Amino acid sequence: MDRMKRIPVREQDPKVRATNFEEVCYGYNEQEAVAEASRCLNCKNPRCVGHCPVRVQIPRFIERVKEGDFAGAAAILAEDTSLPAVCGRVCPQETQCEGQCILGVKGEPVAIGKLERFVADWSHANGGPKVEIKPFNGRRVVVVGSGPAGLTCASDLARMGYGVTIFEMLHKAGGVLSYGIPEFRLPKDRVVAREIDSVRALGVKIETNVVIGRTLTIDDLLGKEGFSAVFVGSGAGLPKFMGIEGENLNGVFSANEYLTRSNLMGAFAPGSDTPICRGRHVAVIGGGNVAMDAARTALRLGAEVSIVYRRTEKELPARAEEVHHAIEEGITFRMLTNPVAILDDGKGAVRALRCIRMELGEPDESGRRSPVPVAGSEFEIEADTVIMALGTSPNPLISSTTPGLETDRRGCITASEEGATTREGVFSGGDAVSGAATVILAMGAGRKAARAIDEYLNK
Amino acid sequence: MYRILSKNNIAPGICRMEVEAPRLAASALPGQFLIVRVREQGERIPLTICDYNREAGTVSICTQAVGASTRMICALEVGDSLQDVAGPLGVPSAFTALSDEEIRGRRFLFIAGGVGAAPVYPQVKYLHARGAVVDVIIGAKNADYVIFEDEMKAVCDRLEICTDDGSRGFKGLVTACAQGLLDEGCRYDEAVAIGPMIMMKFVAKTLHPSLIPLTVSLNTIMVDGTGMCGACRVTVGGKTRFACVEGPEFDGYQVDYDEAMRRMSIYREAEIEADHKCKIGRG
Repeated sequence: MDRMKRIPVREQDPKVRATNFEEVCYGYNEQEAVAEASRCLNCKNPRCVGHCPVRVQIPRFIERVKEGDFAGAAAILAEDTSLPAVCGRVCPQETQCEGQCILGVKGEPVAIGKLERFVADWSHANGGPKVEIKPFNGRRVVVVGSGPAGLTCASDLARMGYGVTIFEMLHKAGGVLSYGIPEFRLPKDRVVAREIDSVRALGVKIETNVVIGRTLTIDDLLGKEGFSAVFVGSGAGLPKFMGIEGENLNGVFSANEYLTRSNLMGAFAPGSDTPICRGRHVAVIGGGNVAMDAARTALRLGAEVSIVYRRTEKELPARAEEVHHAIEEGITFRMLTNPVAILDDGKGAVRALRCIRMELGEPDESGRRSPVPVAGSEFEIEADTVIMALGTSPNPLISSTTPGLETDRRGCITASEEGATTREGVFSGGDAVSGAATVILAMGAGRKAARAIDEYLNK
Repeated sequence: MYRILSKNNIAPGICRMEVEAPRLAASALPGQFLIVRVREQGERIPLTICDYNREAGTVSICTQAVGASTRMICALEVGDSLQDVAGPLGVPSAFTALSDEEIRGRRFLFIAGGVGAAPVYPQVKYLHARGAVVDVIIGAKNADYVIFEDEMKAVCDRLEICTDDGSRGFKGLVTACAQGLLDEGCRYDEAVAIGPMIMMKFVAKTLHPSLIPLTVSLNTIMVDGTGMCGACRVTVGGKTRFACVEGPEFDGYQVDYDEAMRRMSIYREAEIEADHKCKIGRG
């Protein structure tokens, strides 16, 4: 075996998967996992761990996989993450753990994400990891939002012995795992629901349809509801638009709307009451994971899809695997292209997208070469549907109804590295603090805040 | 949860239901709405709150059967439950921030069109209880569609009914009725119009010269209703605003009604298709 080469992972054929919503990647089987695990050098000073926001003991769990002790591997994962089946699928491993792997210097890094996914799936199929829970310590903590930050914070607190209730504003738990990331990348029943069930199994109560800031305020939670501390993991918020002409035409959607209709509401599948515009020519603006998800959803709904991005492929912020998959599936990438207007068909719907070509100019303060428009290079792209995937700005529901809770100039909740906000007893983390980021960073923030809440309540 | 405790068919295709939702009832204020899902595969639809009872832990909703989901709601009976009810959502009416003293004696004109009478009712009730002077115009296409008449009568100072065909009250549009009140010499500190987009557009035109501040409530398309999807965006004063978290009430003179009306039609074709019963092959 060539140690420099990864064990390839089996995937659905691109032509076939472009027409269905089943998971793209099949993952490793036992033999493949053991073979891949045996590539790990088990470094004395593992750089991978240092680049994992929740510090998963990567070489330790891989060592167990190598020995065929999958239950042991699952127990090691469970020490640091309550969502391994999710992380194995959606983390940007190439910039975190795998990006630091020594094998990557000369060859291919160990497929840490795929191994994590394998162990988590194996564990779920075999009864789940055994987790130690301390007895109830008499104190109740409330978590706002059941996304990655909230679920992580809640499970850590539950294990420490706190009584934890999560309030979720939607009808379904999971936050971005439910409404944002599509089925073909993160299966809802098989993976997300099961991970949430394992959080519930720790004794965490999840109450849906409760909108904090409206149904109850943070003051209510700390007052009449009798909680000792609050963790706000309410996630990102309102979709951003470009402010160009034609953005409110019929046929222009935020990626959040498009994905929520498809994922949370199940509009992609027959039998759902929620409509979705299928579109024939769909243009997705943006280059992040959300843009890839929206583009690949539109493709599966039968459209011809292009991604419009103002920088080059090298700068695409999406996970490498998603870009690779999107290209394989036949999505057109229009790089160095920026929309300047969305054109009306005369009846208030989208006819085309007017764009301008860009070129990379001098590097800015951040060192990135900023795109500048090429004068006189405007052209039109045929489109009946335009999806804006430009990120989000914070949701005002909690910040506007909580006295003493400060926000920064973008409107994100101000919090310390440990998650303490400017309001006593209120902690926060994840996208609500950082602005739109990744699942794993939100989990890291939830974990830190759980420790900070524990310290605060034992002062 | 969300059990239906009472149901009244108050007009053809319009039903009023009292639903168990204690947390929601405890925090609801005039001007707010809620989101309902009727069944497991159901869509999230925004509905107005037409009353709430904090002691009983119930909210009343008023639904007009216009599409597949609203028809399913109206088909439910007492004892059935809604799948999900979330809220209250939206910013409460601006006057709820006033003190009772500030409200006492303040003169309001409410203009309600069709099912718009439902969300107007809790506002009028709230203001009346605090001593405001409230006149109300209820407009409907004919006598059968005049709703909340008795409830409204009990909480307002003057009630005008108008119908398109004159089968009840004044024959004509709410705008003519409102103009009539102004011509009569009635003076108001503020006005609120809730009804079809086209009605609110013309109320704004009618009231504009009078300089009475006008608030309208926009029933846009929504998915989550909590500030995530942006489906509800409207242009107000040249700026994009989100009806779910920044509204649903806005300055009636600043709203781009034509755009809002066009955006309401985005899924109309899909709805027509869903309604269409294919008869091919059924002998």
